[in-house]
Amino acid sequence: MAQLIKHGTAAVDTWKTLEIAEGETPESVALPTGDVIFPFAVWQARKTEIISCHKRIGLLIQPDERVEDIAADLDYFIVIAVNFPKFVDGRGYSTASLLRQRYKYQGELRAVGDVLHDQLFYMQRVGFDSYALKDGKNVSVAIEAGFSPFSDAYQASTTQPQPHFLRRA
Amino acid sequence: MYKYDAIDRQLINERVAQFRDQVSRWKAGELTDDEFRPLRLQNGLYIQRHAPMFRIAVPYAMMNSAQLRTLGHVASKYDRGYGHFTTRHNLQLNWPKVEDVPEILAELAEVEMHAIQTSGNCLRNITTDQFAGVAADEVIDPRPLAEILRQWTTFHPEFAFLPRKFKIAISGTKDDRAVTWFHDIGLQLQEQNGETGFRVIVGGGLGRTPIRGQVVREFLPWQHILTYCEAILRVYNRQGRRDNAYKARIKILVQALGVEAFAQLVEDEWAHGKDGPATITQAEFDRVAAHFTAPAYETLSASDAGLAEKLATEKSFKNWVDRSTHPHKVPGYTAVTLSLKKHGIAPGDITSDQMGIVADLADQYSFGELRISHEQNIILADVKLADLYALWQKAKIAGLATPNTGLLTGIICCPGGDFCDLANAKSIPIANAIQARFDNLDYLFDIGEIDLNISGCMNACGHHHVGHIGVLGVDKNNDEFYQVTLGGRQGNDAKLGKVIGPSFAADEMPDVVDKIIKVYIETRHPDERFLDTFDRIGIDPFKNRVYEGRAHGKAKAAQKEAA
Repeated sequence: MAQLIKHGTAAVDTWKTLEIAEGETPESVALPTGDVIFPFAVWQARKTEIISCHKRIGLLIQPDERVEDIAADLDYFIVIAVNFPKFVDGRGYSTASLLRQRYKYQGELRAVGDVLHDQLFYMQRVGFDSYALKDGKNVSVAIEAGFSPFSDAYQASTTQPQPHFLRRA
Repeated sequence: MYKYDAIDRQLINERVAQFRDQVSRWKAGELTDDEFRPLRLQNGLYIQRHAPMFRIAVPYAMMNSAQLRTLGHVASKYDRGYGHFTTRHNLQLNWPKVEDVPEILAELAEVEMHAIQTSGNCLRNITTDQFAGVAADEVIDPRPLAEILRQWTTFHPEFAFLPRKFKIAISGTKDDRAVTWFHDIGLQLQEQNGETGFRVIVGGGLGRTPIRGQVVREFLPWQHILTYCEAILRVYNRQGRRDNAYKARIKILVQALGVEAFAQLVEDEWAHGKDGPATITQAEFDRVAAHFTAPAYETLSASDAGLAEKLATEKSFKNWVDRSTHPHKVPGYTAVTLSLKKHGIAPGDITSDQMGIVADLADQYSFGELRISHEQNIILADVKLADLYALWQKAKIAGLATPNTGLLTGIICCPGGDFCDLANAKSIPIANAIQARFDNLDYLFDIGEIDLNISGCMNACGHHHVGHIGVLGVDKNNDEFYQVTLGGRQGNDAKLGKVIGPSFAADEMPDVVDKIIKVYIETRHPDERFLDTFDRIGIDPFKNRVYEGRAHGKAKAAQKEAA
């Protein structure tokens, strides 16, 4: 079970992620109750139904799913989880940048999947604010050191919209 | 040259601490090999055939003497007393211990050097023309914008895990010397109606699928280069293939979409970022450009009487001057190439002692600065004509004055199968065998300008595709063979060489090159260089000579059967 890090501390995960089992389709899968993170395709297929029976809605985005396609729906989501199937697949960083910078998504943005200590700093900079650290990894060390290997950065990013050269005295 | 300020120093010191921590967590088993690999690669550390290989960045080719002394020191303290300059402004050490790398990084940081993003699937070192700032044919000095790009690429949070490596080259001259047509992004600085900007070329590359880049924008005002590169990188990061490493470079994406469609995606993406905070301000440009002001040149005459006399009387000195100096924009000065291509040595290799000597020469004759070229040589960029003779004598004693720059034995060569895990075949012994065959200087000069480039595998670190003669190591049933291409070239008319035919065994290579050269010598017009003759007569005469008397096709099969 992945350990959730949120607001710089270990947190309890109250969300469950809907998984589509073999033989099920986004159209046919039963929608559970409670705080659910819905796969992108389920959201797209069953949007009205989900809205009618859920107050708190989460969305799961895979690397090849396009933010543009759900950009108009962002107000519905309390949490958006961006999946990193492998930590070397960097598409999620662009997904996060777009959600925060272009589409002004304000809710929780969670990194899930192969989420490791050494990528937390970059994830934070593009706009993630919660992290489901991979099972078996040291959470306290990650919290203590993973977010602060560097004290500043050259580029503009979600957390620092001004590049360093504009912040020179 | 650029001097670090507080933030630059802070970031590289923090990088040293970060990597030290990563190495210790890896040693403790907290990081698996798979988790550690991309982290060490982004610090230039490969695990190689015999030992780790460690790649240190020389951003846009500029170094000062203190930095070179430190490289020499590091190479003798942590390695075997030598290093290898690559074709992309890096110095490689072949035998360091993984455990020592944090210490090496700490010593490098003291002199403002690092190994950040020198390998891995990320934004790599920015490369440029080795004569930047001094070349007579320069339109715009690319170094301030190269430094601004270096900062932008360093620890970019969105583009640290790209589909594949990403290389940017920038040039500001009439004659392109930075191979901009064969980079993921090639930037050519130019002026249009009094405004400075870039021609932006995307999707070039050598390697397994060599492709000449294509222009996505004819003119981009310089202020927009960061936002425009962000747009290119975002399109690539999202859409580049990740299912097959061999098809993951941006060139494959550009080919798949077509350059118009690709350029449109970039323009659509850029529409959001254009004029955003990353637009470079004049103040920032001026701040960085102030680091690249001209040194304290003396007012000199464009010629030097003492030099003229030496040139007239000492032929070996004249040979060296002919091959090793490049026109300088300031009268009385010249840019000198110190050849790292002494016959019998691995091309691009330099010992720690030589590094110390070059550092002294730079202090004495060239304002304490130097550059390295993608041809794997060292350049002292600001030498007085009056000092050339003294410089030559000292360089000669140090084995750095072989007058073969631009000639057949000034070979560009990757480390090859002697060192590199990726290689299919050795490359250094081929280079050395060809150098031994063409050891007669008069003959070398008679052959004239020719680029011979050797790569030990299709990854093309030796840029074989753009050699006038290119040699590629291939594996045939576990034997090392060599495929030869002719007519490739870098520069404004950069193009890929054509394969001459079936590959050759290692011991045939000096003969093959000899035959190619003989065809040229016999058929050239008086004013023709090798490439001119090749363009006039085509590949067939070379092919016929090289394969003369060799059975191939059906005849070869019949011969085998008879045997």
